Amino acid sequence: MTKPSFVYVTYIATTPEKVWQALVDTDVTRKYWADPTSDSPAHVNVSDWKTGSQWEHQRLDDARTVDMVGKVVESTPPHRLVITWARPKEAGENSKHSRVTFDIEPQGDGLVRLTVTHEDLERDPQMFESISKGWPKVLSNLKTLLETGRALPHSPLAA
Amino acid sequence: MVQHPWPAARDSRKEPASPARLLVIDRVFKALADPSRRHLLDLLHRENGQTLTALCEHMDMTRQAVTQHLQQLEEANLVAIVWQGREKLHYLNPVPLHEIHERWIEKFERSRLFALRELKKSLEGDDDDKT
Repeated sequence: MTKPSFVYVTYIATTPEKVWQALVDTDVTRKYWADPTSDSPAHVNVSDWKTGSQWEHQRLDDARTVDMVGKVVESTPPHRLVITWARPKEAGENSKHSRVTFDIEPQGDGLVRLTVTHEDLERDPQMFESISKGWPKVLSNLKTLLETGRALPHSPLAA
Repeated sequence: MVQHPWPAARDSRKEPASPARLLVIDRVFKALADPSRRHLLDLLHRENGQTLTALCEHMDMTRQAVTQHLQQLEEANLVAIVWQGREKLHYLNPVPLHEIHERWIEKFERSRLFALRELKKSLEGDDDDKT
């Protein structure tokens, strides 16, 4: 394993099953996976989530623009999901794929620790930059949604 | 009810903070209140995933003191740990900072803060860092 580029951790008062569902169920994903710039529509992640399958990060516009693609490397509900992550035009080049791992660990007392590890981003400064802005927002939105049943309103002033 | 170490933010109104087990938001603010700990976060922002030894090179204090500061940052969930073989790597975890931003900054009318900043900028000149 290479040294991860980013490691994000959030503690959520929920169950591992609900966190898993939030990752793979588009009806849930659309409620919290806002674009980092906030003024774009939400995104959903579409796949059958079986090991070896493709997945697509689709924008919820009319065209369902595909902004990111990759493969499902490991899928162990409700504990661990590993996917690769690439721009659609670079989907065929494995060396351009970075790697995202979601670890879902029950902490007891109704808490779940969700760790998102993003590896192999260093060679892509542009992706590195947008990823570092995106994950904290996505994860704190996810936490709010699972704990309160509603996502955070989009900021009207976000650039 | 047993109070778990990471109560949900919404519970903070109901549960009084005890010094022994600070609520999560208190721990984040407390961790941020110390300049050395903020410096450690800056170092990790500059280069993520550093070892204790690497961080100590930039800190004017004992290794033991740095360890304690990192411990507090870890307890506040501002630093996440990844073990790579026998190496303990420290990562900046900005998720609690984002939650503070949503809860304590965005909420209090960002537009007015923006207007104030613009006013301050026009009165003081363009240099954003000048205070």
